[in-house]
Amino acid sequence: MTRLSLTLTPVVIIGVAIVLAVLNLATPTTSALHVSDFVVGLAGKYLCYAMLALAVDLVWGFAGILTLGHAAFFALGGYCMGMYLTREIGARGVYANANLPDFMIFIGWKQLPWYWHGFDFFPFAVVMALIVPAVLAAIFGFLAFRSRVGGVYLSIITQALTYALLLAFFRNDMGFGGNNGMTDFKDIAGFPLNRSTTTTALMVISALFTAAAFLFARWLVGSRYGKVLVAVRDAESRTRFLGYRPEYYKLVVWTLSAMIAGIGGALYVPQVGIINPSEFAPANSIEAVIWVAVGGRGTLSGAILGAVLVNFGKTVLTGALPGAWLYALGGLFILVTLFLPRGIMGTFTRRGAGAALPTAGEPQGLAAIDGASADLQEAGMHAAGADVEKTA
Amino acid sequence: MSICSKKRPSWRRAVRTLLLAAIMFAPLARAEAQTSSPAQATADPYAGLTSTDFDTIVAGVNQIALTGGARARTVLGALGNNDLYTWKYPRPDHGLFIHDPDTGAWTNARTGAAIATPPFMAIRKVIANDMVTGAIATAMGVLDLASPKSATRRAAAEAIFAAPAPATLPVVAQALAHETDPAVRKALTQAQAADELMTPSSSVATRLAAIHVIAARGDLTARNELASLSGQPKPVATAAAAAIAHIDFTLKLWNWLETAYYGISLGSVLLLAAAGLAITFGVMGVINMAHGEMVMIGAYVTFCVQQVFRAYAPGLFGTSVIVAIPAAFAVAGLIGILIERCMIRFLYGRPLETLLATWGLSLILQQATRTLFGAENQNVATPGWMSGYFMLGGLTITLNRLCIIIFAFAVVGGLMAVMRYTPLGLRMRAVTQNRRMAASMGIRTPWIDAMTFGLGSGIAGVAGVALSQIDNVSPNLGQNYIIDSFMVVVFGGVGNLWGTILAALTLGIVNKGLEPVAGAVLGKIVVLVLIILFIQRRPRGLFPVKGRAVET
Repeated sequence: MTRLSLTLTPVVIIGVAIVLAVLNLATPTTSALHVSDFVVGLAGKYLCYAMLALAVDLVWGFAGILTLGHAAFFALGGYCMGMYLTREIGARGVYANANLPDFMIFIGWKQLPWYWHGFDFFPFAVVMALIVPAVLAAIFGFLAFRSRVGGVYLSIITQALTYALLLAFFRNDMGFGGNNGMTDFKDIAGFPLNRSTTTTALMVISALFTAAAFLFARWLVGSRYGKVLVAVRDAESRTRFLGYRPEYYKLVVWTLSAMIAGIGGALYVPQVGIINPSEFAPANSIEAVIWVAVGGRGTLSGAILGAVLVNFGKTVLTGALPGAWLYALGGLFILVTLFLPRGIMGTFTRRGAGAALPTAGEPQGLAAIDGASADLQEAGMHAAGADVEKTA
Repeated sequence: MSICSKKRPSWRRAVRTLLLAAIMFAPLARAEAQTSSPAQATADPYAGLTSTDFDTIVAGVNQIALTGGARARTVLGALGNNDLYTWKYPRPDHGLFIHDPDTGAWTNARTGAAIATPPFMAIRKVIANDMVTGAIATAMGVLDLASPKSATRRAAAEAIFAAPAPATLPVVAQALAHETDPAVRKALTQAQAADELMTPSSSVATRLAAIHVIAARGDLTARNELASLSGQPKPVATAAAAAIAHIDFTLKLWNWLETAYYGISLGSVLLLAAAGLAITFGVMGVINMAHGEMVMIGAYVTFCVQQVFRAYAPGLFGTSVIVAIPAAFAVAGLIGILIERCMIRFLYGRPLETLLATWGLSLILQQATRTLFGAENQNVATPGWMSGYFMLGGLTITLNRLCIIIFAFAVVGGLMAVMRYTPLGLRMRAVTQNRRMAASMGIRTPWIDAMTFGLGSGIAGVAGVALSQIDNVSPNLGQNYIIDSFMVVVFGGVGNLWGTILAALTLGIVNKGLEPVAGAVLGKIVVLVLIILFIQRRPRGLFPVKGRAVET
C-alpha cells in the first residue's frame, strides 16, 4: 500500500494536470471535451493549496506540531512573488512610472525602499520566496522549540504570529500595498498572464512542484530522521531521554515545511492574480489544517487529497448555496474530528502511509502505545516501557 | 444666598462706576487710539465704532462694555457677527445700524427701534479684525461679570483669564471684593492675576504673586497664559518658566494617569472576555475556539432582552441590561453544557482535536447568527444611567467604561468565590487536580465537567452583555476577542485566575501605553510579538501551576 501510494500520488497529480492541459490547449472551445481556462486556473489553485496542506501535514502529522499559522509562510512566499510581478508591471501601471509601483506613488513615496531591490529579477524573487518563510520559521521555531513550547501553547502562538503579520501587512507604510495588497499583474518572466498557455503552464508547473514536494516529504519521513521525528511526536520526553535533541528535529521539519508552503504561495499568486493581507488571516491557516484532517493526518497523499476535495466542495457550494459553505466547513471540522479521526486516507489504508496514527491524536490506550512502540523499533530504538508519560 | 442677591445691585452699580473710571485709563494704554476720535468718546460710548481705525474701534468696544447700557450685548454681538453697519462718510449722528441677516430687518443699534432700510450706497459694514474680536470677547466677559448667575460670572472670569486686558483689572478687583461664591472667587483671582501681569504699572512682587496664582491653576490654559508672557522683569520671567515646567510635569502626570485609566479599561474588557476562557481552558484544559461565539451569544441575548423591553415595558428600559446579565448567563451556559455533552466529552485528552472541532462549531454559530439576525450590526442601546461622564481631577471618566471596569472585577471576584467557597467549586478543583481520585471519592466527574464548561460559557455570555455596550453587536463580535483572550490566559498562566487578572491589566496598559508612541496597529503588533517572546521565556505563563508531571 505504501509503495503504491508513493508512485501513484505523483503519477495521478501529473497525469491529471497533463490531461487538463491537453484538453485545454488542443481541443477547440466548442468541443464537449474542452476544459476552460477557468477550470485550469482552479486546478492550479488547488495544487497550491495542496502544497500548503503537505507542509501542514509534515509538521502536524509527523512532528505533532499543530500549526495554526502556516498560511503566514504561504502568504510570505506569495508576497515575494507578488513583489516580482509588481515590478514586472513597470511603466504599464496607472501612473506609468517604471521605478515605483502605483501604490507607492499613491502614498507619496519617492523611491523604492531597500527591501524591494532585486525583486525585478525573477530568480531572486523565487529564491526569496523560499528564504523569507524559511528564515521566519527558523527564528520562530528556534525560540519556540528551544524553550519547549509545545502542544496547544505552540498552536496559539503560531496563530498570534500570523495575526501579527496580518496586522502588519495591513499598514500602508510597510510598503507592501497595505489593505489592497498587490494586483493588476501583467506578465511573469515575459509571458503574459492572461494567455491560456501561461495559465496552463503555471498549472502544470504547480503539479510538478506538488509532486516533487510530495516525493521530498515522503523521502524525509521515510528516512532515519523521519523515524526519530515520529518518535518525538509520540513520546517527546522519552526520545529526549534516549539522547536525541527533539528541538532540532522539530526545527528542521518546521523550516522545510515553511519553505514548501512558501513555494505554494509563490505559485498561487500569479494564478489568482492578487495578493493581499487577508491571506494571513488565522482562519486560512486553520482551514488548511482541516484539509489535512479530512484527507488523513500523517499520510501526505491524504493531505493533497483533502486540500483538493475540500476546496472543490468550497467552489461548488459557494457557487450554489453561498450561505451554506460555512455550515458545511464547520460541520466538516466537527464530524471529521469526532467520526473520522484518521481522515479518508487513514481510514482506507489500515495504517496510514509511513506513520501510524491510531486516534490522530496523542497516544490513547493500548493501540496507540503499540503503534508508537512499533515506530520506535523501526527507528532502531529499544522501546521497552509501554507506559506513556502523561495520560491526562 | 438671598443676602447676596440683595447686596448685588449696589455693588454692580459700583462696578459700573469703576468701569467708567477704567475706561479713562484704557486709552492711555493705547494713546494713538485716541487721536482720531477725540473727546466725544465719553459722551457717546458707541461713537468709537463708527471709526475706520481698528484701535479706535477697540477702544469703543471697551467703552461699550462699561457704559453701553442694555444694548451693549446686542451691539457687540452684531459687531462680532459682521452685522453692524454705519455711514460710509461720517455724519454728525454717528449712526449705527444692525441688520438681521435672517429676517432682513434693520434696527437702530443704540435704541433697538426698527428703522427703514438705510440707503445701500451710503452705508458700510463695521469691520472686526482679530484685535477687535478679542476685545469683544473681553467686553462680553466684563458684561457677564455683573450677571446674577454664578455660572455666568465664573465663565466671564474665565474669559478674562484667557484674554486678559489691563483695562478690566479694576472691574475684576471690584467684582472680587463682593464675590461670595468660592468657585467664582477662584476664577476671579486668577483673572486678576492675569490682568496684573499685563498691566505695565504692576510691581515685581505683584507679578510674582500673580504667577504663583496662575501656576496653582495648573491646566493648559494657565500654561499658555504663562508661555505668552513677554517683556517681563527677569525674576518674573524666571518664575514663569519654573511655573511652566511645573505645569508641564503635572499635565504629563495626568496624561499618564489617563493612559493608565484607558489601559485598565481595555484590560477589564480583556479580563471579561478571558475570564470564561480561564475556566474552560485554564481549569479544564479544553481549547474552546468557540468561546468568542459564547460572548457573541451573550451580546445577542442583550439585544433580544432589549427588544422585549422596547415592546412591552419601555418605561423599565433602564433595567434591561441588568435583566440581560442572568439571561445571558443562562443561555450561554446552557449552550455550553449542550456543547460539552454532545461534542467535547468525546475529545478529552485530545486538545488539538478539540481545538479543531470547536473552531468548526464557532463557524456554525456565527453563520447561524447571520441566518437568524442578519450580518448587520444590531442596535443595542446604553441605558441612561450608564451614559455620561464626570471629571476626576484632570481625568474624564465615562460612566459606561467605569461600569465595565467594576463589572469585570465583580465577575472575576464572583468566579473566584464560586471556585473557592461553593461545593461545585470544590468539586471542580478536585476533578482538575486528580480526576481518578475525585471519581473514587464519589464525585460524578462527567457531570462536573459539564457544569464547569457551562460555567465558563456562562461567564463568556455575561461578558457579552458588557461588550454589547461598547462594541458593535454583529456575528463577528466574538472573533475580535478570541486571539486576545487566549493571549491573556496564556500570558497569565493556565489555571490561575489571579494570573488572568494581572495579565489582562498588563496587556491593557501596555497596549494603551504603546498607542501614542507607536500607533494603535503597530502597538498591537508589538504586544503580540512581546507575548510570543514571553512564552519562549516562560512557557507556562506568569503564574505556572507547579506540578511534578513530566512536561510533554
